Amino acid sequence: MSAADLLGVVLQKTPLDALHRRLGARMVEFAGYEMPLQYAGIMAEHNACRASAALFDVSHMGQVEIADAARFERLVPGDILGLKPGRQRYTLLLNEAGGIIDDLMVANLGPHLQLVLNAGRKEIDVAHIRGHGLNVVTHFDRALLAVQGPKAVDVLPEGAGLKFMDAAELQIAGIPCVVTRSGYTGEDGFEIGCPGTSGEALAELLLARGAVPAGLGARDSLRLEAGLCLYGNDIGEQTSPVAAGLNFALSKKRLAAGHFIGSAAVNAALAEGTPQKLVGIRLDGRAPARAHAEIRVGGELVGEVTSGCFAPSLNAPIALGYVRADLAEPGALLDLIVRDKPLPGVVTALPFIPHNYVR
Amino acid sequence: MSQVFYSKDHEWVVLGDDGLATIGITDHAQNALGDIVFVELPEPGRNVAAGEPCAVVESVKAASDVYAPLTGTVAETNQAIIDEPALVNSAAESGGWFFKLRLADAAAVSSLLDRAGYDEFLSTLA
Repeated sequence: MSAADLLGVVLQKTPLDALHRRLGARMVEFAGYEMPLQYAGIMAEHNACRASAALFDVSHMGQVEIADAARFERLVPGDILGLKPGRQRYTLLLNEAGGIIDDLMVANLGPHLQLVLNAGRKEIDVAHIRGHGLNVVTHFDRALLAVQGPKAVDVLPEGAGLKFMDAAELQIAGIPCVVTRSGYTGEDGFEIGCPGTSGEALAELLLARGAVPAGLGARDSLRLEAGLCLYGNDIGEQTSPVAAGLNFALSKKRLAAGHFIGSAAVNAALAEGTPQKLVGIRLDGRAPARAHAEIRVGGELVGEVTSGCFAPSLNAPIALGYVRADLAEPGALLDLIVRDKPLPGVVTALPFIPHNYVR
Repeated sequence: MSQVFYSKDHEWVVLGDDGLATIGITDHAQNALGDIVFVELPEPGRNVAAGEPCAVVESVKAASDVYAPLTGTVAETNQAIIDEPALVNSAAESGGWFFKLRLADAAAVSSLLDRAGYDEFLSTLA
């Protein structure tokens, strides 16, 4: 029994639950869902994604529709009215203090915007968006599959006409899908939303076409190598997007106009800098430093690790963490404290491995 | 062949003719941990008490302690798993051993499980 069972928490299942069990997945609790941690093993799944194509079930993420782009734009620092039909963008829901309520993808599907929200934040997000007078149509029963890797387009030739961050409604084997060319691994790939009742058939098709099933374990090591933040670890309501290095999600035009929640705080952070910044860190040796490990320089506490793992593609441990801003330049030497011992590390430009997007 | 004993913390113990107890983690444990990428072993000469955490295994995702199944003094450690941690996955109950203990009391092995007892214990785990 899992801890959640003992606490009487009823975990939700995705539309692919039966498939995961047939494939022999090791299931774990994540954001209130039973999710596959791994099938064959994290290392093999990670390598399959870097070398070929991996299939992830990310149906726990929240797919929602909103129609009023102008009003939605007031909640985020990105250029939403300038997002053309058939295009997608990464953006942030911010609070008044400029902290991050969630990070999300927004796609312009023509008549409406589609948002993909983090599983653990989707209810909070929807309440927040509705609280600002928007109508939100939730599709939490839909399936969302990610096919990621250099051979993703061989697995999904229907998506070959899309470029990175394009979005389209496509039929795949007769299943109506919303397909975006994007993902969370640093590789080329697609995220495919479809009715929950068609999720298993779509997954079986993608597996038959050669995708390797991969779980949350590989998803985490892949995104960390790609230098992508995980909400709840690397960013949160107390985090400024400026400290997190998410400046690419801040539209210059929108910052200048200032008409979004949190704009004053974000502009101030840009003007004055932030006391801490998120950096990538490569460690010497093979021992990983995990989330919450202290970061010290000359014994002085200068920051904290927010994510860390052994990076299969680098055969070395890596981490993300916040450090004092003056130490945030590549080459800065740090000690990460693991089991009371300092492990030497060096601030490293992100991503740890180059992105491989098809632009 | 020497008898193998097991702990409920998923370590195995074999008593050798040299009077040393060789200790590793069980195949069940390595499978549960997944791909092992780093191992930290106790220094030879260290005295460990039964139940004391004395080694660490790191998988891609998480760190786990390995406990001393019996009380004794660390006599030897396995450099092969430092050099190639994946050996713990591929040969958990043979070449992937962790360390050898000079036991304070060799009779204490009777406090451990035999194979049938360990299998029965595993069957009680969800």
